[in-house]
Amino acid sequence: MPSVTLLGQALISGVLAGGMYGLLAMGLSLSWGLLRLVNLSHFALAFLSAYAVYELGTTWHVAPWWSAALVVPAMFCIGAAQHWLFDKFRVNELASLLVTFSFAVILEAGIQLYWTADFRRYETAYATRSIKAGPFFIPVLELMLCLVAGALAWGTWVWLTKTYVGKALRASAEDAEIAAAYGVNHRKLAYLLSGIGAGYAGIAGTFIALIATLAPSEIWTWLGVVFAVVIIGRLGNPLGALLAGLLIGASQSVAMAIFSPAWAPVVSFSMLIVVLLWDPEWI
Amino acid sequence: MIERVGRWRRRRVLAGMAAGAVSLAMPSLLRAAPTGKPVRVGGTLSLTGFLAQTAAIHKIAAEMMVEEINGRNGLLGRPVEYVLLDDQSKPEMARSLYEKLITVDKVDLIQGPYATAPILAAMGVAQRYGKVMIQSSMGIPKLQTYDRAFPATPFGSEPDKTYPNVILDAMASIPTPPRTMVVLTSKFPSAQFMAKGMQKEAEGRGVKVLLYLEYESGNHDFGAIAARLKEANPDFLWVGSLGLESNLLLEALRKLDYAPKNHFHLYPAPGPLALSPDGDRALCSTFLEPDEPFMSRPGMKRFAAEFKERAAKINLPYTTIDAQACGMISEWQMLETAVNAAGSLEDAKIAAWLKAHKVDTVFGRLRFDGPYNHGDAAQLIKQVQNKEWKVVWPKEFAAPGIKLIAS
Repeated sequence: MPSVTLLGQALISGVLAGGMYGLLAMGLSLSWGLLRLVNLSHFALAFLSAYAVYELGTTWHVAPWWSAALVVPAMFCIGAAQHWLFDKFRVNELASLLVTFSFAVILEAGIQLYWTADFRRYETAYATRSIKAGPFFIPVLELMLCLVAGALAWGTWVWLTKTYVGKALRASAEDAEIAAAYGVNHRKLAYLLSGIGAGYAGIAGTFIALIATLAPSEIWTWLGVVFAVVIIGRLGNPLGALLAGLLIGASQSVAMAIFSPAWAPVVSFSMLIVVLLWDPEWI
Repeated sequence: MIERVGRWRRRRVLAGMAAGAVSLAMPSLLRAAPTGKPVRVGGTLSLTGFLAQTAAIHKIAAEMMVEEINGRNGLLGRPVEYVLLDDQSKPEMARSLYEKLITVDKVDLIQGPYATAPILAAMGVAQRYGKVMIQSSMGIPKLQTYDRAFPATPFGSEPDKTYPNVILDAMASIPTPPRTMVVLTSKFPSAQFMAKGMQKEAEGRGVKVLLYLEYESGNHDFGAIAARLKEANPDFLWVGSLGLESNLLLEALRKLDYAPKNHFHLYPAPGPLALSPDGDRALCSTFLEPDEPFMSRPGMKRFAAEFKERAAKINLPYTTIDAQACGMISEWQMLETAVNAAGSLEDAKIAAWLKAHKVDTVFGRLRFDGPYNHGDAAQLIKQVQNKEWKVVWPKEFAAPGIKLIAS
């Protein structure tokens, strides 16, 4: 039986890892839930951002936080431009899967062309710093990621539920025609939301650059678990996406501590099946 | 008379030396340039997908070798044309592409792809058409059951026994040999195969295996695994890792303020681990490194310099030649030697020649008359010392002035 320290440490690691799932899931969830577009290129945009942060940091010695200040607005513009294409060609929910998959493949090829297929690692002094709390260690970078994800999730939730623009977006997602009859310009709002979703990919990418391994094929490694998070957290719900991310991260990590680490992926997909079958009202 | 013979001999020796020097300096002047219809050699590499990191290295080495062979006399006096396709790291794609190379592109010869799964897929096609297939990266030799498939890397026929024992011998040589260990491995088939062998051999030698853990290949979250390792606190940690998994694991351990005592990594990305702040004293398997005594092998200095230049040109972050690149060099050395010696492009004749002869490669002299066409195992242990990989075991292969450092 694992010790309390081991379980506690695994729980901390898992919750913090879940922050990344939640952060990646947020943009995808907004796009899917409110624009009815399943944007698979979200992962590629996150990795493009990560590579940009890596390049700025290793070649130009720009601090990652300043890199984020450049990358996130750039991603916003890319997201808005991407939506212009969706709008122009009237891409629907099903077609968006194929179109955005193609985008992702093109971006993957572009990344490989410029940065090669070789592994890249952005070594920073703070990547391995931890705070000691009793017998536990809390990694600083992952903690920051979780705090940023929490702030974004809460801020987005407030924006969607308390502001006119947010309510208009949700109304359009429910029934675009009726919303338009009340003067909601869904098309303009969609550009904004698409940009915000891509901006979130930029923020996630900044943390990916600092925490994870960079290789073009890594674009696809989070796809399965993040999809599970989006569905468990409910489409268009940023707080739900974050909470589902934390839940899956914690569950996987505790499973790794108690059973074989190889069981971790089974946990997330088992939870997805349970939630889909159970369909609890409180979610 | 004797004096005359001596003088004649001296002249002949001097003339020979001069000719040798000229031939080394200007090989193209003295050797016939290959002419005629090119010999087409087809193969796939994982130029995209999750194995693409290593394919980039193999591609450089293959292109170097094609130029090298064409700079000599080609194959049977004809130039070599390399037909390279991208199998996208997918075995099923490798299978289709080898079928295409043989039946549509009508290549004369084939070279194997990279990694066990694509090699197995391609081997089935090679067997159907009776083609000789030389490969350098099949981690599970017992699966190479096709009698015209040949290894270009000296894995030996039972690396799950030989590898662990080389490592355990090295560990037994340190002042305080490990009494406990943890085996942690990716579920990638060849890593898992080696991990099971490591566990068995360690237990057989009285080393207590505290934990045997497997994780999914491509895992990103090593926090919980690190916590388990810290709690187990073994004398020796063996990690069946690929790519940057070892870097992520060591970082996760450092976040818990824990550094493993002695740690071995199976297939890590060599550059990032050597340069990582956590990589110091990490151990790994190899067959050669760009140091003596290996640099004295024929052509090795030239290969190392050329590889560095080409790798830098395509922006690879780690430009030092290693055993991966040399695996591909060895493949082409085998093909060139066997085709020219057999005097034929017929696969049956090439295969028969390889089985009956030894070939000089960058890995030394290889033979192919053992089980699964494998010869002797030649694993070595290397260690990160001052941000560079250095062979440390067996002692006779250690770089000058270098020895294994225990934690």
